[in-house]
Amino acid sequence: MTDTVSDTTQELAGPPELEGLGKYRYGWADSDTAGSSARRGLSEEVVRDISAKKSEPGWMLQLRLKALKLFARKPMPNWGSDLTGIDFDNIKYFVRSTEKQATSWDELPADIKNTYDRLGIPEAEKQRLIAGVAAQYESEVVYHQIREDLEEKGVIFVDTDTGLREHEELFKEYFGTVIPVGDNKFASLNTAVWSGGSFIYVPPGVHVDIPLQAYFRINTENMGQFERTLIIADEGSYVHYVEGCTAPIYQSDSLHSAVVEIVVKKNARVRYTTIQNWSNNVYNLVTKRATAAEGATMEWIDGNIGSKVTMKYPAVYLMGEHAKGETLSIAMAGEGQHQDAGAKMVHAAPHTASSIVSKSIARGGGRTSYRGLIQVLEGAHHSASTVRCDALLVDTISRSDTYPYNDIREDDVVMGHEATVSKVSDDQLFYLMSRGMAEDEAMAMIVRGFIEPVARELPMEYALELNRLIELQMEGAVG
Amino acid sequence: MPTLEIRDLHVTVDEADGGTKEILRGVDLTIGSGEVHAVMGPNGSGKSTLAYSIAGHPKYTVTGGSITLDGEDVLAMSVDERARAGLFLAMQYPVEVPGVTVSNFLRTAKTAIDGEAPKLRTWVKDVKQAMDDLKMDPTFAERNVNEHFSGGEKKRHEILQMELLKPKFAVLDETDSGLDVDALKIVSEGVNRSLASTGPGVLLITHYTRILRYIKPQFVHVFVDGRVAEQGGPELADSLEETGYDRFLTRA
Repeated sequence: MTDTVSDTTQELAGPPELEGLGKYRYGWADSDTAGSSARRGLSEEVVRDISAKKSEPGWMLQLRLKALKLFARKPMPNWGSDLTGIDFDNIKYFVRSTEKQATSWDELPADIKNTYDRLGIPEAEKQRLIAGVAAQYESEVVYHQIREDLEEKGVIFVDTDTGLREHEELFKEYFGTVIPVGDNKFASLNTAVWSGGSFIYVPPGVHVDIPLQAYFRINTENMGQFERTLIIADEGSYVHYVEGCTAPIYQSDSLHSAVVEIVVKKNARVRYTTIQNWSNNVYNLVTKRATAAEGATMEWIDGNIGSKVTMKYPAVYLMGEHAKGETLSIAMAGEGQHQDAGAKMVHAAPHTASSIVSKSIARGGGRTSYRGLIQVLEGAHHSASTVRCDALLVDTISRSDTYPYNDIREDDVVMGHEATVSKVSDDQLFYLMSRGMAEDEAMAMIVRGFIEPVARELPMEYALELNRLIELQMEGAVG
Repeated sequence: MPTLEIRDLHVTVDEADGGTKEILRGVDLTIGSGEVHAVMGPNGSGKSTLAYSIAGHPKYTVTGGSITLDGEDVLAMSVDERARAGLFLAMQYPVEVPGVTVSNFLRTAKTAIDGEAPKLRTWVKDVKQAMDDLKMDPTFAERNVNEHFSGGEKKRHEILQMELLKPKFAVLDETDSGLDVDALKIVSEGVNRSLASTGPGVLLITHYTRILRYIKPQFVHVFVDGRVAEQGGPELADSLEETGYDRFLTRA
């Protein structure tokens, strides 16, 4: 696999804001900024400590240490969002027994509890979101049943730490192959200090017919700031993973830097759904990437509602003929938020197809950016790609930008790109309000309608939750 | 008896060059429930401005006069408050709301107007019946509001809302424009059903007299240059049929 992959590490020329995106290479991309003093609060000792606490094999420790070095050497991205507010000295890199995470419902700040209540999150779900209490739900009959069904089919679904302990051979084979240790600064950081996340292996031909969610896992290690997820869908299998709808837990400015690697083998299909709702003091800098082999399909459904800053561009590397990649992206930015989100599709084989649909909403001075890269490599004949990005501005003080980038090295390629920016019109608001809806209710209806083409792809409960999140966001957003 | 009273209403609209232009120049109208008032007049006389001003469109600024609903100050209310107080405007050019289905829109509007969600079983039945009466295909409910609607479909959809939301007063802004005879009849029957069942006061704004063959007004007001130039009974409409608006225009 690595041979094919090295072809993609070509230099991309493009607008400066995309330089960094181009450097998201599928290969080792060490830069030469040695001597940088970017050690900060993170030390070799911290990394050794994390690894020792988990009793990890030596090779993982070595990988972590290598990542730590690369993290120190790699420059901060100077494109996308403003990241100067990140203070690496002030970040705790291992939060297993930290005082930062609440351990019971009562300990959560009132406004967060209030948010949960208004979201209508059921009690069981609330508890799941809080560290240390997940265990009590593992005994529940329904989850037990689901787990038994999965085990019978040979599906492995555990937290990543457990995965490494119990399935080291799979980790040796796949860990860090989709997103290499030096891929970008934040992927390096994650590799150095990762903890938690999900590990999934689906055997050949197995269709997992319910969406897998984190709370079906055994030995739940709760989501943390540096989650690491690895999903392997073997030939002809299918799985839909739903990342726990992240809710505001952290009480001070914080960094969430996850890495998600997905290997979709021949004729397999994986769908990965996220709706992140981090509190508005979280830098959410996540690297998500999948490889799709011959005839395989990878689908990202990526919703970004929360966080202060999000930079996230789920990628699909279409490595085999007739592989398909799809990203549906929703971003919503309110006051003080910048959602810099999009997708990346790399066509590395003939007859590959990709599609990106992005819907973004900016209000209250918030900013959304669509950033997308379509790369068609030499030899990827008869590839097809369509991109559609629509931005909705709710008021006149918000901002939306589009940074599409295409790097096409073949002639017989079908490309489509459509982009629109629209404003909620006075006439639309007037129409709905003249039917009795209050202004924020009317606005929420327009916004929901705008994202409907993406929302209808979500599992029902997530679509409902997304709708409630939008309503919360729109409350007091107008007038 | 509920009454909608418009007194000496003056309204301006902002112009593209930054200036303002006075459109309504002292309008007086009193509408009781169950009454049908036709407001007729040539293009540019201010008929639609009157409709939008009653509903509260932000483009129009009321510079003088009053509108009251049972003594309550309508001008102090926001657009949605006016709707919840019982005012309804059937629009001439209703806008598209992409991604929002008619059925979702209707249910949300009904909930907003009534202050509580309608009972599911009766509501589904009511919607189906009302759509049936207006000869609307059931699949219409799953289409997005006004998106790719024909002119006639838009008007039917407006009257469908009137029948389901049951306002105290309805302003129909050129509901007849662009309709062929069959569609005009269907839409008019919808208005007449409303009149027969909940008996709202109706302000029927029209350029032409032909809709008055189907919806019978008790009062006719001729609107010229932002004012009511003449008023009378149905016979006034008949005379307009013959003479047109010329005599008002030359006099003005």
